[in-house]
Amino acid sequence: MKVDRRSFLGLGLGAVAGVTVSPMMLKLTDDSSILSQTTKLWPWALDHPPLDGESTYESSVCSLCPGACGISVRKIDNRPIKIEGLDDYPVNDGGACLHGIAGLQYLYDPARVKTPLKRNGDGFEEISWDDAIAIVSGKLGDIRKSGAPEKLACIIDKDQGSVSGLFKRLLETFGSPNFYTMPSLESNLELTAEALHGEGMTIGFDLANADLVLSFGAGLIEGWGSPVACFKANASRKERHAKLYQIEPRLSNTAANADKWIPVKPGTEADLALGICAVMLKNNLFKGSATSAFTGGFNKLAAQVQQDYSPVKTAEITGVKAADIEKLATKFAKAKMPLAVFGKGRGDGAQSLKEMAAVQLLNCMVGNLNKKGGTFVMPKAEYLEFPESSLDGIAQKGMLKEKTGKYVNQLFEKVNQTSKPVIEALFVYNANPCYNMHKPKTVKQAFEKIPFIVSFSSFLDETAMEADIILPSHTFLERFEDVATGAGLAKSVVGLTKPMLDPIFDTRHPGDSVISIAKALESGVAQNFEWETYEECLEGVTAGIWDSLSEDGFALLSEEAPSTAAMVNVSYLAAGPATVKAQGDYKLTLIPIDNMRLISAGYSASPFAIKTVADTVLKGKDILVEINPLTANGLKEGGYATLATPIGTARVRIHLNEGIMPGVIGMVEGLGHTFDNIFVSNKGVNVNDLIGPVIESGSGLDAAFGIKAKLS
Amino acid sequence: MSEIENKAENGSTESAGECTTGDTKDDKGLGLGVIFFIVAFIVCFLSGTLLFPKLLYSKKEQPFNFDHELHVGEAGDCDACHSLRDDGSFTGIPKLETCLDCHSEEPMGETDDEAIFTQEYVVKEKEVPWLVYSRQPDCVYFSHAAHLLGKDEMDCASCHGPIGESTSSRPYEENRLTGYSRDIWGKNIFGIKKNSWDSMKMDDCAECHKEKNDQKGYCFQCHK
Repeated sequence: MKVDRRSFLGLGLGAVAGVTVSPMMLKLTDDSSILSQTTKLWPWALDHPPLDGESTYESSVCSLCPGACGISVRKIDNRPIKIEGLDDYPVNDGGACLHGIAGLQYLYDPARVKTPLKRNGDGFEEISWDDAIAIVSGKLGDIRKSGAPEKLACIIDKDQGSVSGLFKRLLETFGSPNFYTMPSLESNLELTAEALHGEGMTIGFDLANADLVLSFGAGLIEGWGSPVACFKANASRKERHAKLYQIEPRLSNTAANADKWIPVKPGTEADLALGICAVMLKNNLFKGSATSAFTGGFNKLAAQVQQDYSPVKTAEITGVKAADIEKLATKFAKAKMPLAVFGKGRGDGAQSLKEMAAVQLLNCMVGNLNKKGGTFVMPKAEYLEFPESSLDGIAQKGMLKEKTGKYVNQLFEKVNQTSKPVIEALFVYNANPCYNMHKPKTVKQAFEKIPFIVSFSSFLDETAMEADIILPSHTFLERFEDVATGAGLAKSVVGLTKPMLDPIFDTRHPGDSVISIAKALESGVAQNFEWETYEECLEGVTAGIWDSLSEDGFALLSEEAPSTAAMVNVSYLAAGPATVKAQGDYKLTLIPIDNMRLISAGYSASPFAIKTVADTVLKGKDILVEINPLTANGLKEGGYATLATPIGTARVRIHLNEGIMPGVIGMVEGLGHTFDNIFVSNKGVNVNDLIGPVIESGSGLDAAFGIKAKLS
Repeated sequence: MSEIENKAENGSTESAGECTTGDTKDDKGLGLGVIFFIVAFIVCFLSGTLLFPKLLYSKKEQPFNFDHELHVGEAGDCDACHSLRDDGSFTGIPKLETCLDCHSEEPMGETDDEAIFTQEYVVKEKEVPWLVYSRQPDCVYFSHAAHLLGKDEMDCASCHGPIGESTSSRPYEENRLTGYSRDIWGKNIFGIKKNSWDSMKMDDCAECHKEKNDQKGYCFQCHK
């Protein structure tokens, strides 16, 4: 018997037949088809399938923006999986914006600071909380020993709420008046109220009831104020038969949604408001009963306005036809419930006090103050009851010193001007000045000159990257906090943010960090911080409203129009403040655009939100700038160009848009982040890198509405 | 005759001669081929039937042994621990919290398993990482409520078998390719089932649906 090729053939055939008849082939075929549907084969697909478990809802308050909407967080087995708007919450009544619903992404953000960090050369090293607090309190102790406590400064997002209150208290008892807030709609409303109605006041707009809204560039559906409340007020316009006239250089979404879009040359909104005012004065369209109570030289102002802002002159300045200005003034004055709204874009960032005051003057002249559908001039929501602070000798001396600068931009200016450090230590919480402020390069220069910077950021953003110590904070989903909704709402609401899950990293509540620092300082400071934890402090300082905060999740402080008449003092406008001009000599004017899908203040929009940005704004990693085809100078749609301003240059792509006034370039705000987050960073350009601050005389505010630019 | 022609003639004669005697040789070759065929067939068939499942599935032990029979006796029917929530969703394997309705940090018996349970999980407040024999693939949506409370009021054993009578936890077998439990395909590698709970594939769902509803059901009923 000889083993030949036939034997091998038999062997092969037998093997094939054996395998085929065995269940292996059938099973492998079935398994391969199942494998093809699993993430083993497609690793980029969802690699954490939704967990099964008990579904519950918990309510809290979103603090991603000053809107402070009520949220309902869906949880599976106690793990938050979805954020929805909270029904019956007095701000948003069930509505939510795209940033709010994507809020969970901030928990797992790749740029989150997971543990306290200490600068080590160009990078950071991880340290323990005890060491971090010891380093900060040690440095602060040295500053106090040197007898110059005012050399500690603090920059925070807002002057509201107990966390801000704790920072302020630390500075006060330490002995430093250098407490700063970033420019926000809230701060702008307070400044305007201060200029016209007296200190300690703020302004709310009853958008939900007004029948003619004259918006001077306020992006009412682009994130102005409390976004969801504004969406709702806007959505109800049709059934209320209310009108919206939008005045701005670009056909924004708000303008497109308005009954009328009135294009105006950038930066001349104040002039148009005063022009309308002049027509009202000329045609006796104002409420004499209201204006008779004005103080501060109304007659002088009236004469001046009529002289400088006749319809013809205003038309020349603003680009709006004289006849249209007259019509606009008549319509506004004759409306039953007219309301003029100020605060370009989101109303935060750089704004001109002249512009805001001029628009508010229109409200004063039609007599809508403290009336339904008008503006509510009300005292700032003061619901916090901190115990009386006791200042030791050093603190008292320090608090008598003048603030280094009135506003945060002036602080940086001063720091840059002097060779000796005017600020020895800086606290930054919930603010990103190294990105948000105009010409962040100079802010970074100032940061370099400050020897010791402590960031309380949850994320390693542009500003935290400049810090010496980072004491990472819980995100809004991991902590308690009282959140007051200001943001131009006609009602005053305080909500309670509650932890939706245990902190996922080694972070702390910023309030606890401040209390720990204070307790580690000498007794003069420490004695003012009697609380063991922030939660204890929160309950104590909100004692008056704690019951409703803890039971209902919010406290409604005021809803109706204030019953008292508002005082109006026009002396600021009567002094004839100059209108801010754009810096530079180029022919075109670059203006920033606020887009609802992006966030321009604070950290950054979430990866989800960035993905929703249209490809006429961001294409791949390229930012597109809008320009009218008439002034495009041969530039093609989608083509690359260099955008140059006196401050800097950027490579951009062109989007031709007939909805932007000729001569104006529009660039979106909120892109061009540079920190380590692959989902949101290095996409587009930060428009603030191209615009320099322009200080408004009289107010001292950075009021740069844009900058002169060229495209080539 | 040339040399070449001679060779050709010889060659043809030789080959003709071989042909005549070659039949018996070929039969032997074929016979051997058949033997090889049969041997290879048997080896491969047996490998595919007996060895292949051992290679395809990896065995994992449960964190500790669980005695269903004992628990049914002590606590009651399946729904004493595996219940429907108010919203109709199914609790599945109970969380530690449910176990603690009866158990505590003090062991309830003297078994090693009870000791592991209390020391490793109750005291440390850690959930027991049970391996779920009947876990369906992620793409499957299955409502226990619809099957338990629907018109047929199926009982647990129809799909899960008499697991309530088991006194120990058998090893969990995981398909190395797909990562899913062996119970979905069933213990029998041929896919032959004797009982309704022997396998939990889509065809098993369809078979029952066809029987009860006269149609197999639509894709989106389970694949949402």
